[in-house]
Amino acid sequence: MSGMILKLGAKLQSAVCDTQIMVLTAPKTELDLRCGGVPMYVAGEDSVEGDANESLMTETLTGKRYVDADESMEFLCTKGGAGGLSLGDLPLEIKQPKALPSSD
Amino acid sequence: MNTGLILQMAADGFSDRVIVSIDDREMTFGQLQERAHNAAGWLLEKGYQRVAYLDTVSEAFPVMIFAAGIAGIPFVPLNYRLAKEELDALLARVENAVLISSESYTSPLNVPDGMTTISADEFMSFPAGNAEFPDVSPDAIAVELFTSGTTGTPKAALLRHENLMSYILTAVEYASAGENDANIITVPPYHIAGISAVLSSSYACRRMIQLPDFTPESWLDLARKNNISNAFLVPTMLSRIIDYLNEKKIDPELPALKSLAYGGGKMPLATIQSAMQIFPEVLFTNAYGLTETSSTITLLGPDEHRQAAESDDPQVQKRLTSVGVPLPTIELQIRSESGEGLPAGEVGGVYVRGDQVAGEYRGKGQLLDAEGWFETKDMGYLDEGGYLFLGGRLDDVIVRGGENISPGEIERVMQRHDAVTDVAVVAIESEEWGETVAAVVVAEADESLTTELQELVKANLRSSRVPEKVMYKTELPYNETGKLLRRVLRQELSDAIASGTL
Repeated sequence: MSGMILKLGAKLQSAVCDTQIMVLTAPKTELDLRCGGVPMYVAGEDSVEGDANESLMTETLTGKRYVDADESMEFLCTKGGAGGLSLGDLPLEIKQPKALPSSD
Repeated sequence: MNTGLILQMAADGFSDRVIVSIDDREMTFGQLQERAHNAAGWLLEKGYQRVAYLDTVSEAFPVMIFAAGIAGIPFVPLNYRLAKEELDALLARVENAVLISSESYTSPLNVPDGMTTISADEFMSFPAGNAEFPDVSPDAIAVELFTSGTTGTPKAALLRHENLMSYILTAVEYASAGENDANIITVPPYHIAGISAVLSSSYACRRMIQLPDFTPESWLDLARKNNISNAFLVPTMLSRIIDYLNEKKIDPELPALKSLAYGGGKMPLATIQSAMQIFPEVLFTNAYGLTETSSTITLLGPDEHRQAAESDDPQVQKRLTSVGVPLPTIELQIRSESGEGLPAGEVGGVYVRGDQVAGEYRGKGQLLDAEGWFETKDMGYLDEGGYLFLGGRLDDVIVRGGENISPGEIERVMQRHDAVTDVAVVAIESEEWGETVAAVVVAEADESLTTELQELVKANLRSSRVPEKVMYKTELPYNETGKLLRRVLRQELSDAIASGTL
């Protein structure tokens, strides 16, 4: 499996749409993180090319947090786009916010 | 990860939404984004190392915070209420800075040679330049805030982008505010709550209505005109609003108000109880935090306020005087003087750990211990449910015959008496004990009340906690951001004792 080790706070860019995400938590192992079925790349580094898988163009939403099934990784979508996020072929899901009362 | 991300996300999503309004001026996220970038470009081109601000809150305030963040240099707001000598001393410490201020503030001061001064309007009107914006590192310093210096020379607390962002990403949900929501901002720009208000309002995409000069009348007037939904107040402000409403025998008439948060100082029990009666539909939140922890670290939420007010269980009722439980990303411990962790119910020093905890001052290095814990220098204890009860600053501890007594536990007991509006417990000198306990009470002066209060403390705590002297006043001295000025009370008590009137 191809992939990369993600640093906390790293910004990743989609190869097929506007989507940008930021790493909030991630295991220290190589991750095959994709958007629209195509591997994502670290913003500012060499871009990746590939054809989007139409069935994975399920869109991302700015401000939502995306996690895998056991929440071992969490990403903040800093810019929404047309592609959906997945780890290999497994789609990531939106994490439901834990509402804290507004304090300022 | 830096504060520029907050602005980028807000402007991407809600470019046309108004983020800030003051008097009849307003600014959208799109305008804020443009002005902050233009100003950041100017800062980079000129090579300034800091952005200092000396003025009341204005719509330029968020522009400065974000421009400094985008340029990767610290923002340094200064307390415009300080005396000339104090400000001169602070200005001399803010090196390689551009100072944003106005003639009325700068003319009496010794502005250091080489410090450029420009107006807030100029700072907001730079044209777009050709600057390349740096990729600001998460560990770059975002804000330098001078502590209030009540116990010595002010220290410059350093907050890094990662500290502030950790707090925002934990406490605030992106775009959680509705189109018509509005937050009324009364905290000054030199206070951590003023900084966090800008960051959290921006991330929530909630409009800010700025009020530079708080009075109960101006607050109510502005709040009504703007249909405000959210507000943060220091306890003194809330108490003045309640007194004003009671005095005028009027209703608040704030139908849109959903949420009222308070913090920054000790909230008298009587004040929060009346507030909950006057605003029965409003959700109350108590927030406790320090400059060094990037603002809020514990919260007592609306449900807990309601439960405390409705419950018959004394333990649950008492929680109305707590500051709640830590944020999910904050660890909290109570430690003894020798550094051991203490069980529930025992008073000790409050220690916290988490990504938002900076615990760092310029020139003094990192103050976190090897495991990342920060000593808040606040005293307190946790109850069985993990609720934190504060008991004053470490410096305020009364050492009576070798026994450490925290003022908070005594104040909480005295507050339960119906006649007591507010109370502060401080040390006075004692020949017998070195120090002993005295109380300053806001209530009708009364011989029998003194005895009742002493009996109340004796019955609930220990005889060593009983105030030997009780002085009555019409109000307690708080500073403008809600901090109780205990040293003033200590002085008044010792003067009264020396002159034989107490």
